[in-house]
Amino acid sequence: MESSIVIAGFGGQGVLFAGKMLAYAGMENGLHVTWIPSYGPEMRGGTANCTVVISDRPIGAPIVSQPEIVIALNHPSFEKYVDKVRPGGLIVVNSSLVTEKCERDDVEAVYIPANLIAEAFDQPKLLNMAAVGAMLARRPIVSLETFRQALTAHLPATKTELLDVNMLILQRGYDAAVPLSLGV
Amino acid sequence: MAQQLLKGNNAFAEAAIRAGCDAYFGYPITPQTELLEHMSARMIELGRVFLQAESEVAAINMVYGAAAAGAKVMTSSSSPGISLMQEGYSYIAGSEVPVVIIDIMRGGPGLGNIQPSQSDYFQVTKSAGHGDFHPIVLAPATVQEAIDLTVLAFDLAQQYRTLVFVVADGAIGQMMEPAELPPMRPLPARAPDWALTGAKGRSPNLVNSLYLGADSLETLNLRLQDKLHAIESAELRYETIDVDDADLVIVAFGTAARVAKTAMQTLADEGIRVGLLRPITLWPFPTEALYDLSRSGKSFLVVEMNAGQMLLDVKAAVGADAPVSFFGRMGGAIPMPEEIVAAAHNALAQPAFAWAGA
Repeated sequence: MESSIVIAGFGGQGVLFAGKMLAYAGMENGLHVTWIPSYGPEMRGGTANCTVVISDRPIGAPIVSQPEIVIALNHPSFEKYVDKVRPGGLIVVNSSLVTEKCERDDVEAVYIPANLIAEAFDQPKLLNMAAVGAMLARRPIVSLETFRQALTAHLPATKTELLDVNMLILQRGYDAAVPLSLGV
Repeated sequence: MAQQLLKGNNAFAEAAIRAGCDAYFGYPITPQTELLEHMSARMIELGRVFLQAESEVAAINMVYGAAAAGAKVMTSSSSPGISLMQEGYSYIAGSEVPVVIIDIMRGGPGLGNIQPSQSDYFQVTKSAGHGDFHPIVLAPATVQEAIDLTVLAFDLAQQYRTLVFVVADGAIGQMMEPAELPPMRPLPARAPDWALTGAKGRSPNLVNSLYLGADSLETLNLRLQDKLHAIESAELRYETIDVDDADLVIVAFGTAARVAKTAMQTLADEGIRVGLLRPITLWPFPTEALYDLSRSGKSFLVVEMNAGQMLLDVKAAVGADAPVSFFGRMGGAIPMPEEIVAAAHNALAQPAFAWAGA
């Protein structure tokens, strides 16, 4: 089992942090993980992305041409990655900022108004948690509980007062994306 | 000690500290800046020497001086900065002082870019400076290996009184992986006997690379060559996977080798018998191991993030009659597993050298 996740958006949307928390959660589960950021010219243009690979085997390539999961937090990221999602994969779209729909029928798309959800909690910067929650609802590569543990252990000391609201936004994103077949 | 999620650059720095590095001189450059930043905080916290020099040229000469005084010293940079330091490497080699250099390679030539590359291979293995010498060159492929080889670099530098490079492409510097740091070593109580520590009460020591007479300089060179031969026979390191049964052996180091391992899973699923030889020391180079594999009729595919630099060492090792192919990406691009799979198919059909474009 090997999962690859690309998280992409503007600088300031918590792209790199969300990826690190997924990597920590994978580690908590005793899995192999890699996290690698984009650090080149594209980052200096204001967009940021990172790739996380979580696997039960030692990880070769830390980057992938066709990620299994993409979280697109803004429009340029959606444009860049929608055609790269592996067939059978998942794209989580921040519908607060991305108005297009995924036209592909070989990938699953979930639309989450991540900005709106975070703003409802007066924490607009925590939209990343809404998107990750939605992703974990559709692809539980780590459990919500494990992700919560990672967040609790690794939220920077200066941000611990935001732990609870991180959790609430994560849960709200998760609830909004739980497949209807589960009867929620 | 437990596993931690560590960024490559921070892992190099902390490993150096725990290996007993007591002086660091450097100048910031992407993609290795976190390494210098880590040193700037931790070395001062520990009461050791950290100095951000005015340039790479200044930094390497400070390194040379500190090494002569018996410090366990390190600097780090990325490709253009490594070029600026070259004169110092040769002086260090000629003076036989122990120094560790970390090169987090980026795309070139010139200022190039800040993306991952392996195009300093020739420079570090063949032409680190004027005169007859080779640094030991270690090439990690994981964050754990970045730690282990940095510790080894300090040990080898001291043991042989030589220059040791640890080279990694920017991806290894920037990526995070779980890894375990070694315990903190105590600093040595006193400097080595040859170091310049003040000659009061003993005969003076000399650390120098100037030998005006041909006889004396040739004597130095003979000693250096003896030392290099000793290193070649004792310090060669490489990893092999499934080479014995392979029809095709991929030869790659660092990130290129990691990507090759992913490609090998696909190739194995297709029923292709593929193996990997990953040099861990780029100098000394596993020439004999490659020669032995070539005698059993295997084909070779060299994969690098450059235009084919290690390729020449592989070709020299296996001889003119062995089929050798090459696949490379340049300018800061990382090869994708699918590209290596395709290159492997091509290599088995018709050996060729190929560069992929963006």
